[in-house]
Amino acid sequence: MSTSSNGHLLEVESLKKYFPIKRGVLNREVARVHAVDDVTFAVKEGETLGLVGESGCGKSTLGRTVVRLLDPTEGRIRFQGHEIAKRGRRKLRPLRREMQMVFQDPYASLNPRKRVGSIIATPLAIHGIGDRKERRKRVQELLEVVGLSPEHYNRFPHEFSGGQRQRIGVARALALRPKLIIADEPVSALDVSIQSQMLNLLDDLQNDFNLTYVFIAHDLGVVRHVSDRIAVMYLGKLVEVSPAQELYQRPIMPYTEALLSAVPIPDPDLSDKRERIVLEGDVPSPINPPSGCRFHPRCRYMTDICVEVEPPLVNYGNGHLAACHHPLNVDEATLQRARVSARHTPAEADDRAKPKEPSGPSQPVPTSE
Amino acid sequence: MAETLLEVNDLKVSFRTEDGVVKAVDGVSFTLAKGEVLGIVGESGSGKSVTMMSLLRLINDPNMKVEGEVLYKGRNIMKLSEGRMREVRGADIAMIFQDPMTSLNPVYRVGDQIIEALVTHRDIEKQQAKKRAVDLLKQVGIPQAESRVDDFPHQFSGGMRQRAMIAMALANNPDILIADEPTTALDVTIQAQILELIDRLKDEFNSAVILITHDLGVVADIADRIAVMYAGRIVEFGDKRDLFYDPQHPYTWGLLGSIPRLDRPKQERLHSIEGMPPSLITLPEGCKFRPRCPHAFEKCKQEPALVARVEGERHLDRCWLDVETKRAIREKTIQGATAAA
Repeated sequence: MSTSSNGHLLEVESLKKYFPIKRGVLNREVARVHAVDDVTFAVKEGETLGLVGESGCGKSTLGRTVVRLLDPTEGRIRFQGHEIAKRGRRKLRPLRREMQMVFQDPYASLNPRKRVGSIIATPLAIHGIGDRKERRKRVQELLEVVGLSPEHYNRFPHEFSGGQRQRIGVARALALRPKLIIADEPVSALDVSIQSQMLNLLDDLQNDFNLTYVFIAHDLGVVRHVSDRIAVMYLGKLVEVSPAQELYQRPIMPYTEALLSAVPIPDPDLSDKRERIVLEGDVPSPINPPSGCRFHPRCRYMTDICVEVEPPLVNYGNGHLAACHHPLNVDEATLQRARVSARHTPAEADDRAKPKEPSGPSQPVPTSE
Repeated sequence: MAETLLEVNDLKVSFRTEDGVVKAVDGVSFTLAKGEVLGIVGESGSGKSVTMMSLLRLINDPNMKVEGEVLYKGRNIMKLSEGRMREVRGADIAMIFQDPMTSLNPVYRVGDQIIEALVTHRDIEKQQAKKRAVDLLKQVGIPQAESRVDDFPHQFSGGMRQRAMIAMALANNPDILIADEPTTALDVTIQAQILELIDRLKDEFNSAVILITHDLGVVADIADRIAVMYAGRIVEFGDKRDLFYDPQHPYTWGLLGSIPRLDRPKQERLHSIEGMPPSLITLPEGCKFRPRCPHAFEKCKQEPALVARVEGERHLDRCWLDVETKRAIREKTIQGATAAA
């Protein structure tokens, strides 16, 4: 059994990643950047979880911490049922084969002095798979899978366009037949027409190889297109998690609402009619995040409670969670049920993320209708 | 119709390289009227930035060759002396660049950089110039402008730097503001702030704006007219609504179909334009989009001119297909395959 009993390939619980800021001769820690601050979520096998947020919200750090490219400060990461948050390098290695990353910048993520063949074969060599000849064959297969030609084996990265380089990056990620791929802004450096080719390719690969994606992006249109579920991040926290369609029709958190309304729509009439919520100011510094709800300085629904109390991530039914004192688009009944469930399981973020702990006699999980 | 400020006639820009001549811009013509926002859309390498840079004569490359004329208020600025051109730049035509991180000088205070723009072009006391700089920063929405004026660029966030760039560009009340991808490096919420700002300021300063972008959503929002560029030429040009609701060029359809759109039901699959943009050294014969166009036919081996093919004079395109055929076939491309409802 590769996944844990509940079909979750990846479970992240109360994950924190702080970066120390050191000053002075003694190199004393004077402050911390709260890049990822108490994040809990789970990803099912075969699912695509979209992770959106503005620059500096910690989405890339979260992605990198999950695959242990960065060491978490606190919290648990379970991959295929194995706890990996504190695992040492050597013991981590067999699991690394199962989780791979695709990076944002196709110009910086390929070694310019290596040939494409050896770039893609490196993961195979590291994990001692096949001999030279077998590896070569596998690389040529992979090149075809991502829509390049096997003749490209001996070329250098500079001979390729941005879109083709990103395909090389994908081929490298696929080399070890991983289960999970963390794609960090894989299309944001590409032109629109190339971007759609890439999105279609990622879609095909998911079907062909039964891949699970965590898709990090700032473009909400792209995220909706690829994701089954979407998590919205703001200043190191998850502020809303929802099935993809629902997030766009019925955002609960005001930040999500503002984010959606800021996306320009390529339709002049609709664009004119639409109410646009323009957020004031910039994202605050994650060194000293605002008290209470971290979004309160920019929120138009802000009241006293938002300054004082940090809202928990509450389940509003149908797998739609949000952290807000003034939830939008929620009817009274759902609100009541959500309040009750929040009181019973205060620290519970995603009720499906912690299946092993029996929480009370009957877990009050409100389902939609 | 308002007074014509700028008229570009058959602008051609090419660069001599080791591999051959790169035809970056090949016969671009357009006009810009007072108070108008012209959107220029295209992918990387389509020549949109080079057009604007050469229009202001900002490219200084011995291997470059520029042909054609650029008339600003009837005067050909391609023929001006470098000294005269300096007077035009910044005072009459100003430009905002894509990357606010690299287009401010990191070793000078933000205020001083705005003051420099002011004292270069007019006879003004330093004291007064500083006051004006503070006013400008206020107008573009920088909080505590009085103290922020003495900050260095690194003390500003990305959005604030772009605001400072806009303040600098507007310092001398230019007639034309050229914005080259002003929001590409910014987050959507900040992008919304900047677009609103440009929209407001163009009225306050009574400027015309040329907005270069790759994002059709951005031009749908604030442009009046739109030019779509491909391989160094304009392939479609028209009023915003004509271009979005009656697009005539298959490349425009492809662009519209390639974006995952929030205003439509989720597409099962995005439309993708096959292949890649052509090399600007060895351009295909005839229509430059022909190798990637699923509707290409015999006639496309000759290049179509940019003329009005639809009723009216203001909607131009470069495609040989007849209008009715186009209207019949384009929806499939634009809509993509929508998910079963």
